Amino acid sequence: MEINNFDPLWLAVIGTSLMAFVLKYLGQSVPKSWLSHPRILKINSLIPIALLSALVAVQSFTKESRLIADQRMAGVAVAVVALILRAPFPVIVLSAAATSAALFHIQ
Amino acid sequence: MSRVNRATTAQSLSVSLTVGAYGIAFGAASVAAGFTVLQSCLLSLLTFTGASQFAVVGVLGAGGSAISGIATASLLGVRNTLYGLRMAPVLQVKGLRRIFAAQITIDESTGVALSQEHLGVKAARQGFWLTGIGVFIFWNIFTLAGALGAQAMGNPAAWGLDAAVPAAFLGLLWPRLVNKTDRLLAVAACALALAMTPYFVPGVPIISTALLALIFGLRANLWR
Repeated sequence: MEINNFDPLWLAVIGTSLMAFVLKYLGQSVPKSWLSHPRILKINSLIPIALLSALVAVQSFTKESRLIADQRMAGVAVAVVALILRAPFPVIVLSAAATSAALFHIQ
Repeated sequence: MSRVNRATTAQSLSVSLTVGAYGIAFGAASVAAGFTVLQSCLLSLLTFTGASQFAVVGVLGAGGSAISGIATASLLGVRNTLYGLRMAPVLQVKGLRRIFAAQITIDESTGVALSQEHLGVKAARQGFWLTGIGVFIFWNIFTLAGALGAQAMGNPAAWGLDAAVPAAFLGLLWPRLVNKTDRLLAVAACALALAMTPYFVPGVPIISTALLALIFGLRANLWR
């Protein structure tokens, strides 16, 4: 298949961009009664929670399809503390990075 | 734009700058995941919806296929469709302007527009365009800065970038965890994704958690 010869990163960039625009344009163009059922609205508000949680878990605790606990776990734990303390976004990200980097160099 | 409401302008600008600065985190995450600086910038220019962009680089960075990355990103992009439905009667645009309006229909432009609606339709429109264009400009500038910065760093782990990326996701996720159902879903999604990871190709465990959102959404409706 042609698609197999295509660099997956470029395919992802183009495919994601096309889909993102189609989804945006669709909303500006279809009648309002579509998609505005309360059940659809509820599910739509929950989808980001599920996907973002899964991304956090996979990026914090896995490496090449294996479960693993390393310096990233400590970094993310510090980010959780920062979030509980209502720290601003840059503090959350930088404190996680600093913790993880420090442990990486100690190891 | 002869008479621009000052309060609307101020809010649009502050949102644009604050949110635009998140672009640094995206640019860095994207390069750390293996995308080039050009690809990272194109994602910000063309995809231009933060959560979807983070998701696609997250999935590909974890070794997932392009298809699962696109699918995960697209599920996160559905909310822009709903924003468009809400904004279309306010904006009343056609042709080329509708294409531009669609591209900048995101969380922030819709949010500011709706918050200005009590000042009238004109203020809502101004809020939408100013915020949408403002976030677009800053998001893209900061993406380039983050991507170049990460490229200069070399090994992402040595700089803690491998933890900064999930921390950035957490920052996006945290404000959405409003009630018990939300928090339960977050924990369940983490557990499911981790449990599936050793047995499925990368990307599949992440997108599978959309089913949990479906189940939780249907049940939440029955309770009411």
